[in-house]
Amino acid sequence: MNQLMSGNEAIARGAYEWGVTFAAAYPGTPSTEITQEFSRYDGVYAEWSPNEKIALEAAIGAALAGADAMAVMKHVGVNVAADPLFTVSYTGTNGGLVIVAADDPSMHSSQNEQDSRHYARAAKIPMLEPADSDEARRFIKAAFALSRRFDTPVFLRSTTRVSHSKSVVAPEEPDARRETRQYVKDPAKYVMVPGMARGRRVVVQERMSALRDFAESFAENVMELNGNEAGIITAGMTYNYAREACPDYSFLKLGMVHPLPEKMIREFASKVKKLYVVEELDPFIEEQVRAMGIEVTGKELFPYNNEFDPGIIERSITGKSRAFAVPDLPGLPDRPPNLCPGCPHRGLFYVLGKLGVFVTGDIGCYTLSFMKPLEGLDSCICMGASIGMAHGMSKTLGRGDAVVGVIGDSTFVHSGIASLLNLAYNRSNAVIVICDNRTTAMTGMQDHPGTGVTLQGQTTKKLDFEALARALGIDNVRVINPFDLKETRTVLKEELASDGPSLIVARGACALLKSKESPKKPPLMVDVDRCIGCKLCLDVGCPAISWRPFDSLPPGSTVSKRRRKQEGIALIDVSVCNGCGVCQQLCKPGAIVEVETHA
Amino acid sequence: MHNSKVNTVLFVGVGGQGIILASDIFSEVMLRAGFDIKKSEVHGMAQRGGCVSSHVRYGEKVFSPLANKGDVDILVSFERMETLRYIDYLNVESAVVINDEEVFPPSVNLGDEPYPADITGFVQRHFQRVKILKATDMARNAGDARMANTVMLGTLSAFSEVDESYWKEVLREMLPKHLVRNNIAAFDSGRRI
Repeated sequence: MNQLMSGNEAIARGAYEWGVTFAAAYPGTPSTEITQEFSRYDGVYAEWSPNEKIALEAAIGAALAGADAMAVMKHVGVNVAADPLFTVSYTGTNGGLVIVAADDPSMHSSQNEQDSRHYARAAKIPMLEPADSDEARRFIKAAFALSRRFDTPVFLRSTTRVSHSKSVVAPEEPDARRETRQYVKDPAKYVMVPGMARGRRVVVQERMSALRDFAESFAENVMELNGNEAGIITAGMTYNYAREACPDYSFLKLGMVHPLPEKMIREFASKVKKLYVVEELDPFIEEQVRAMGIEVTGKELFPYNNEFDPGIIERSITGKSRAFAVPDLPGLPDRPPNLCPGCPHRGLFYVLGKLGVFVTGDIGCYTLSFMKPLEGLDSCICMGASIGMAHGMSKTLGRGDAVVGVIGDSTFVHSGIASLLNLAYNRSNAVIVICDNRTTAMTGMQDHPGTGVTLQGQTTKKLDFEALARALGIDNVRVINPFDLKETRTVLKEELASDGPSLIVARGACALLKSKESPKKPPLMVDVDRCIGCKLCLDVGCPAISWRPFDSLPPGSTVSKRRRKQEGIALIDVSVCNGCGVCQQLCKPGAIVEVETHA
Repeated sequence: MHNSKVNTVLFVGVGGQGIILASDIFSEVMLRAGFDIKKSEVHGMAQRGGCVSSHVRYGEKVFSPLANKGDVDILVSFERMETLRYIDYLNVESAVVINDEEVFPPSVNLGDEPYPADITGFVQRHFQRVKILKATDMARNAGDARMANTVMLGTLSAFSEVDESYWKEVLREMLPKHLVRNNIAAFDSGRRI
């Protein structure tokens, strides 16, 4: 029966239908749900690996052992996995190996907008790109078929809009069990020392040539002829936007974006008077079409940055927008995402902001604390960068200027451990804080080695951050409760003053994590008869706390001034507050009280 | 260049208001009524307290999961001010359903900016088909304030050609059993608006 599925659910479904038995991934928006959904199918093995390099290496091993295996990651994860990626292209795969890479045009939840298609070209690996959920289901199967047939790793590229849109899918029964390929020792194929890699380099070139021929007849490269006035070459989600914006044009929709079907492109170009390439991000197809000597219009009209929609394409071609313009529209306050009420990061970053130190940050919810009013974080580059950068800054600035590096628990496992070792080995004075909220929060509560539970729910060895830090050679290892402002401030100051590298584990469970580690506390409220309107509680930027000037209070309100200069009162929304108590520690007149106590 | 056969409903509001679930339920109703569907929203980042929008497009054949600006037929806004953020997606004939409730963004909470005044009046001046309701209060009366999204679905259903029975069937199947009765009551109260 037809079902609505997200692109990510459909990729998982397709992998199951094909008979994939092994998947490894590190969570990353917009790719996370692929591995999560896949892990729930019968008879499959799926894991969260510490990072994408390890996930790909595990999948390579599973494929060499004869399985059909996939490694799943977001676009920046491919950077982490790039080392094995470029060489598994040489060795080939034995079983099927597919790398699912999900790009994030518009950077909905990413630090950059890189275009993974370049990796396919650079690593000499074919790449398929679906346009909707049912294609996602079919294309992952086509990718495995290609991998087995050509003994090559294959990329499946998604984008946020494919991964997170839902559309109609027609699921099929799983294929009959495919024969597992036996592993055969073959040093010339699998031991990539220079002498043997040179031989495999030739094989790669021959394989790319064979794949170019294959692309010409690949059933998912489709020509839709609709008059000869204008034609669009496109792929993936952009096809849908263009198809809707330009229903009267002809289309060459590429299911395979690397390598390109040159003969097909030449034939299509010869059938239309005006040829466009419409693609999000880089002019990847356009430049190759132009290099074929074909006249084409692309990035001179269509944007390089951000994802498209039908309106952007229509406007780029016609110069006109159909956006509804209302002249007297009032200006609107922004609504940026915020740390949740009860978030363990709030207390820590309040203290860091007040200390005035340079804080190298990392990838996680806590990155949001760069904003007002916390302003407790000063850089964000990539997973793990905080520790390396804090080390480099500390070495450069010397003793007087304090530097703190902050990193989440999952991010620390991903790529902070080797950097912490560097701090210990090369001795700098940086203070590193692991914001240990007991989960991978930003991608939606995934487990990791520090939680002691696997993706498929098995209890396992739990990583001990303190013992690890000591083993790496960090002498000063402290644990703090980030909800306790005084303790947090004291320990940070002590470690900033101490010699040598320090590691502080700020341990407090994520407010969204429903577990024994975060028992529910009663919400707090403002005793309006005690509030002096000092606004100190607003400094923690909690969504539950709001400022009400006296003139905004409802008529008949009995609230009165307690200080001559008082302009209003703070209020806590008890339906949102989870009683973490951070604001309470700032309230000098003791006006923030537990709801029960007061009643 | 306008594909007139595709209908678009845009659900907007603030993270945590049940917008994604409401748009999932609506999509399932339209799927069962025999339409092709595409639906899209943005996940990721800490969406709590941030803007959330979900495009649902249905028709004989739908290509794009995102609507062109000017093309949205019905805007279902779960928060008063958020209505204005998406005005450019509408046209003079669009219908607008507004939950007359405010959720302050941080800058308003901190007293740095005012919350815009007379939003419902503004919308009524520019659009003919407007329904304004206190969905959260209505949901509370039906048993739980968190069913405001079901109340909004009820109001939306009155604009739809799809028979009421499809909506209720999907509510019964997609919601946990013990919540169905109150949600049907919440749906009915919204539909009567």
